[in-house]
Amino acid sequence: MTNAPTPSIAAAKQESGGALGFYGVWLLAAVALVVLPLIFSSGGSLTSFSLIGIAIIFALSYNILLGQTGLLSFGHAVQYGLGGFLAVHAMNAVASHNWPIPLPVIPLVGGIGGLAFALLVGWVMTKRAGTVFAMISLGIGELVASSSLILRSVFGGESGITTDRTSLMPMFGWTFGPQIQVYYLIAFWVLVSAIAMYALTRTPLGRICNAVRDNPERVEFIGYDPHVVRYLAYMFAGFFAGIAGGLTAINFEIANSAYLGATQSGFVLFSAFIGGTAYFFGPIIGAILVTYLQLGLTSVTSVWQLYFGIIFIGIVMFAPGGIAGILMKHRPLIRAGTLGTVIPSYLVAAIPTLAFALGIILTIETVARFSGGDPINLLGIPFVASAPTTWAAAAVLLVGGFLVARITWRGVAEAWDRAATVARDRGYLA
Amino acid sequence: MTAAIQVNAVEKSFGNVRIIRDLNLSVAKGERHAIIGPNGAGKSTTFNLISGHIKPTSGEIRLNGEVTSGLRPFEINRRGLSRSFQVTNVFARMTVWENVRCAVLWATGHRYAFWKNVDDLPEVKQRTAEILDDIHLSHRRDVPAGLLTYAEQRELEIGITIAGGASVIMLDEPTAGMSHAETERAVALIRRLTEGRTLVIVEHDMSVVFGLADRISVLVYGHIIASGTPEEIRGNPKVKEAYLGEEVD
Repeated sequence: MTNAPTPSIAAAKQESGGALGFYGVWLLAAVALVVLPLIFSSGGSLTSFSLIGIAIIFALSYNILLGQTGLLSFGHAVQYGLGGFLAVHAMNAVASHNWPIPLPVIPLVGGIGGLAFALLVGWVMTKRAGTVFAMISLGIGELVASSSLILRSVFGGESGITTDRTSLMPMFGWTFGPQIQVYYLIAFWVLVSAIAMYALTRTPLGRICNAVRDNPERVEFIGYDPHVVRYLAYMFAGFFAGIAGGLTAINFEIANSAYLGATQSGFVLFSAFIGGTAYFFGPIIGAILVTYLQLGLTSVTSVWQLYFGIIFIGIVMFAPGGIAGILMKHRPLIRAGTLGTVIPSYLVAAIPTLAFALGIILTIETVARFSGGDPINLLGIPFVASAPTTWAAAAVLLVGGFLVARITWRGVAEAWDRAATVARDRGYLA
Repeated sequence: MTAAIQVNAVEKSFGNVRIIRDLNLSVAKGERHAIIGPNGAGKSTTFNLISGHIKPTSGEIRLNGEVTSGLRPFEINRRGLSRSFQVTNVFARMTVWENVRCAVLWATGHRYAFWKNVDDLPEVKQRTAEILDDIHLSHRRDVPAGLLTYAEQRELEIGITIAGGASVIMLDEPTAGMSHAETERAVALIRRLTEGRTLVIVEHDMSVVFGLADRISVLVYGHIIASGTPEEIRGNPKVKEAYLGEEVD
């Protein structure tokens, strides 16, 4: 029995979990949201920030299901999209009746839309977790997405329904015409939603959600109905997804069937998973990265989805905890002061790994542009897709990079083992 | 006085196979009752029936006089019955502290609350700390349950079971797979923690059974062939034949 006391773990945890640190993080986030557009003030970056903000709310809402409650949904865009549609209809109604409702309230209407739908279908959907839930969510997603094309009066068919966000009454002199004002509206909702969703994880319900994720059978024997727990989680996830949808409707001044579809559902699954579902902040990282990649890659390559797929497969295979998982793995090493012994091995491994990645890129682009297209620009070096020298370079990078990378990663594993052993001895790793 | 657990003529069939045949069992309040029997006799099935994990094909089960057969496990749990599992059944990714705290939440009336900060509930905090102290796991409170040693997980399993303050505690082979020293520790723990409550225990280790139980029931082929004090069971010829494989003179 390894009953050796490890009081330092408890001690370290308590000192970092102080109230000051907790409020500090949110204050820092608020400051960052305010300052960001002042530093990067171009129209393009404002648009990007707005999209990233919405993606953060959406991914966090998805993680209430996947990371917190263990529900894998393939149709989370339904609540998001319906929230968007309800927001658009609400904006048009408010504008035509001249109701004294300002625009910043509209995302709440979207949230209610998402919540209402979750309330309606959730009880049946959450009866079972696992494959049954995943399949039903896929089915409901397809059902709603296809209905949106049929029910033209509500969803506006393929063109969708448009609105004008400036037609609502101004607030504090803001008309929300300029993108910067929309950005701050989104930033406000990002902060409020993120704090609310974090607070949810710290409630009795939030804790029981985790218990249902870990072991639904056992939950039944401590007084809880896992079905009710899943249903409540599903409604909360629907509510916040609806807020994200409402913000999208404000941002683009339109809602269409694409909001509800499988692509959108896949996008949020990607974001949450790549960021890491085991930690609250994981989906935030994922949403930032995936949105940024999506915006950045589309202008560089025509086969950007292929890269997405490769990144996703890579994460699933080599880092199932996502980026947050990778980061948090280093925490005990930082505390034990042994991170420094691992870094050199990382740097060594980075070179062949990068070469391997370049080999993959060169191969993909060669295939994609073989029958015409611009030359491939890799690190400033132009490659012609039809030239045998390009193929040779790709092959060398791919094979050579792979073989050398394999050896260097073994070195990383050894350095890790040594550092982890020291961390364990010092009581920072269970 | 109404019995804590009253099982009347319960039958359970899986398809054509009758696992439990005419099961009758009565456990008085405050009694420590052991169920023994050869492998495959239906001991775990009996546990599953009483705790609501599976429903009886026919017959009736009462908890403190109230009919509970047909109710869901969480409904039975809320009426004051809590059970542990033969195979360790904890919340693996949550810490020891959180495991026990989850088991405390319903009993302290916080239910599905999403408007309270779980760290700000003094009675929950106090009770969780007490239970952790009781099961000697306070020094492991921030370790994920999945990383505990086997014996520690078994202790945590008992902690989760008693945390809700149920009046009837059912333990399914709590010492299975433990070393001799660990078993002794676990028995002392069980004896202390179930003081003043009703205990039903399934156990293979006869020294545990005869040392702990006030009464013993012997289950063979889904039927209770004898029920009585340890002395009565020791001297019962039917038990000797069925359980110990001895011929009766």
